[in-house]
Amino acid sequence: MISSNSAALTPLILLFMAVSIPIVALKKKQIAFFMVMIATSISVIISFYNIFRVLKVGTIHYHFGGWIPPIGIEYVLDPLSSFMCLVINVIALLVLIHSKKIVEMESKIKSVPYYALVLLMLCGFNGIILAGDLFNLYVFLEICSLSMYGLISVGEKQAPVAAFRYLIIGAVGSSFYLLGVGFLYITTGSLNMVDVRSIIPHLYNEPTIIVAISLMVIGFGIKMAVFPFHGWLPDAYTYAPTTSSALIAPTGTKIGAYAMLRILFFVFGVNYVSKTLHITDILAWLSAIGIIYGSIMAISQKEMKRMLAYSSVSQIGYIGLGIGLCNPMGLIGAVLHVMNHAIMKACLFLVAGNYRVKLGHSNIFKLSDNIRKKKPWTTAAFTVGALSMVGIPPTVGFFSKWYLVLGTIKNSSWVFLAVLLISSLLNAIYFFRVLEKVYLKPIRSTNLEELNMPENNKKDEVSSSALIPVLILAIALIVLGLLNTIIVKGIIEKMIPAGM
Amino acid sequence: MNIQSFYTSFVPLYAVLVSLIAAPLIILSSKKRNLREFWTIAASLIKFGLVVSLVPNALLNKIAELSIVEISPGIELALKADPFGVFFALVASGLWIFTSFYSIGYVRGLKDHKQTRYFFYFAICLSSTIGVAFAANLLTFVVFYEILTIATYPLVIHKEDEKSIKAGRKYLAYTLTAGSLLIAATAVTYQITNNLDFKAGGIFENIVLSPNMAWILFLLFLGGVGVKASIMPLHSWLPTAMAAPTPVSALLHAVAVVKSGVFGVVRVVCFVFGPKLMYELGLNNILIVFAGFTIIVASLMALKQDNLKRRLAYSTISHLSYIVLGAGLLSSAAILGAIMHIAFHAVMKITLFFCAGAIYVNLHKENISELNGVGKVMPWTMGAFAVGSIGLTGIPPVNGFVSKWYIGLGALQANNLIALIILIISGLLNAAYFFPIVHRAFFRTGEGLEGKKEASPFVVVPLVITAILAVLLGICPDFLFDFYHLALRVVTNVFGGISL
Repeated sequence: MISSNSAALTPLILLFMAVSIPIVALKKKQIAFFMVMIATSISVIISFYNIFRVLKVGTIHYHFGGWIPPIGIEYVLDPLSSFMCLVINVIALLVLIHSKKIVEMESKIKSVPYYALVLLMLCGFNGIILAGDLFNLYVFLEICSLSMYGLISVGEKQAPVAAFRYLIIGAVGSSFYLLGVGFLYITTGSLNMVDVRSIIPHLYNEPTIIVAISLMVIGFGIKMAVFPFHGWLPDAYTYAPTTSSALIAPTGTKIGAYAMLRILFFVFGVNYVSKTLHITDILAWLSAIGIIYGSIMAISQKEMKRMLAYSSVSQIGYIGLGIGLCNPMGLIGAVLHVMNHAIMKACLFLVAGNYRVKLGHSNIFKLSDNIRKKKPWTTAAFTVGALSMVGIPPTVGFFSKWYLVLGTIKNSSWVFLAVLLISSLLNAIYFFRVLEKVYLKPIRSTNLEELNMPENNKKDEVSSSALIPVLILAIALIVLGLLNTIIVKGIIEKMIPAGM
Repeated sequence: MNIQSFYTSFVPLYAVLVSLIAAPLIILSSKKRNLREFWTIAASLIKFGLVVSLVPNALLNKIAELSIVEISPGIELALKADPFGVFFALVASGLWIFTSFYSIGYVRGLKDHKQTRYFFYFAICLSSTIGVAFAANLLTFVVFYEILTIATYPLVIHKEDEKSIKAGRKYLAYTLTAGSLLIAATAVTYQITNNLDFKAGGIFENIVLSPNMAWILFLLFLGGVGVKASIMPLHSWLPTAMAAPTPVSALLHAVAVVKSGVFGVVRVVCFVFGPKLMYELGLNNILIVFAGFTIIVASLMALKQDNLKRRLAYSTISHLSYIVLGAGLLSSAAILGAIMHIAFHAVMKITLFFCAGAIYVNLHKENISELNGVGKVMPWTMGAFAVGSIGLTGIPPVNGFVSKWYIGLGALQANNLIALIILIISGLLNAAYFFPIVHRAFFRTGEGLEGKKEASPFVVVPLVITAILAVLLGICPDFLFDFYHLALRVVTNVFGGISL
């Protein structure tokens, strides 16, 4: 029973738990955390199960209630969607383990509704990934977006404003997508992705199709925070509570990237978007600009979380560029970077969170080597994450860079090659700035407040629930780097769409 | 004997791993100084033993190889102990033993801070250097090369004063940029050849390469390895990096790091492009021009340095270009000389750096103008310094003569008189910037030296041994380690059995 329905299980379980948390945990707040753990653990297990099943039997089409598409609702488990599900759920599990103490500490947050929203968002993510038809994708997109607005707004004083801004921009993005779906439906008469894919080649010259694809790309561009649609992101990530930013930064924009990939290559078709409409070229150029812009903005930030947020803008550019290159190596780089960036960003945001818990801030210029003496392990994890962002082997960051570089060379896109290489140097600038602060003793006594603090070198690591996820993520960066070929050969190469 | 045969062996991997395993042990025993230093010494001895055990087979062209893990589809992280790799590994690991003893004397003599970090990163540096030496293909080379870059950084900034932090930034800016270029070059090569394995005589053998492409590719490579090889104008990080503690300058900035650069140059010339292609496309001219320029200009700049370590640094820059020049001449004798100069310059220069460090630890003097009469209180140190100076000038019986002789012979073989003249002028300039130091130390009377004695034996014994080694290698280049025959083996492999 479970095995035949496993494709549909993750969103359903997450939804069920999300709804039942406020009821069950009404009297006893602590239960909420355990319910979240149960829900996310189960979804991780199912994701693992699904990915192995997909590798064994190939793409699985699941029809809800036995209704055959295009009339019924369809979930599709192919290598791409099963891989994305696994990445998102594992990251979510680790971040949520970390949240145990943090959510209670960040005073204003009421943990019960917070966790309910978290699960709702994850349900949305899983749904988007699995959805086999365009309208269901929209529904889940709204579910996760609305939960994200909520999760962001409970942060610092400025958070409601940031969330409101995100809400406005995000709603515009969703509407664009919905309009696109409308146009597509008028022309093709179908919403099922596979169905549309088979109808659409006959309609390539229809202007409505071109309108539809433009609207959809803009819609997902906003969700994905591709330059110049990234405006909502820095504020939202900065002011959100630790758990929210650590949860949304690695996963939220990746969902947009996934949807973009899915729509472009699996609904409209590779040749159409790359050769006929050149949409992928536009995406690649915008991403390239975003890569440089994000890095430069990250360099000029004082606040660590804000720096990481701008770095996300830049890293999303890597993924966009990989998709835009429209060749197998670029796609491998993009998909691998989805995973890599998720791990790196989760790790780095969690470290920023750990610093905040200790210091009450994460202002780069106020950091000193005290924090490293107190939290050697957390800081070591940060270092690994930073090196991976720069792309130093043998961390995963190096390998996604490697595949992307191969992709640019394949296309003879020398500008993009230069952008990738320059970007890794810019990454080095803003990460080594932090590393210098936390590892070296202060040069001048500019930080009176720090120096006047009683010198106390005793270790004062965060609690194990906050430390272990960070360490797991950091170790994963190295191990997955060395073993990246297993992932690339085992699953990512199977995702390459026809005609690429 | 010119046919290479391969056998699988774990020895190269062990040689890489020894110091990597020692690194955490060093950290764990940070409170017990003697135990901590024991790990360093033990690792260096074992590492050297492992490398020496590879020599006999390498001489017979029986090459130990090992594939560790596939790190990109079709490309393995693989080690190969070919004669050239063994040659370089022998130099680096052998001199690490001396540096280890010397470091103990040095950091304890100065009661230095963060000694554990110092020994930790030294161990990692050595692992990556041996990895560079044994890398079987370009991607493996890049991986270890980048790790070496990062692992050296904490040693450059070890003093943590403003000067060394600036030096660290400059170092990273140069080397990370170079790393990016190297990655690009590797990726382009992979795109063209689909094969990155180093091969004596070049990997572009059966591939038609357009001259433009070859030039661009070669310049990318040169940018990649040229920074660590400090070819002008890419050299300026090296004198700045002299802010590091002297043992670091000695091993890393005279042996491991910079020699990884020239090792890379020779690898690219002989094992990627191959002498034939280099000659046909005239790519070697670019090496000759840059190297010739660097030899002369760096020597002139050395003349005007008063800081002893900076003078040594410029001397290093000039001597590294001897090797580049030798590679650029493309004749068998020149390449033989170049390879031997990798080892022989290392032995001489490490002696000189050890001397500079001994003077600093003992008398706290850094400038040449303060060295009057030092030879009388530190006769052993300054005696060794004199030996090194004679060697670098190229006067028999010290080993510098031997390698220089072969490079000169190679210049004649290649009918390149200008190169020969450059070598001769450079010899004179070497005399001009080294001999006055010796003269000052022994024949002038200094002040404030009363009651001072020779430095601690930890410091003096290593430098005396390396000085004696320099003489012995000058009289018999095959002394103990078969440097001559190893180099000859490399040359015959590259040229397919041409005798000198």
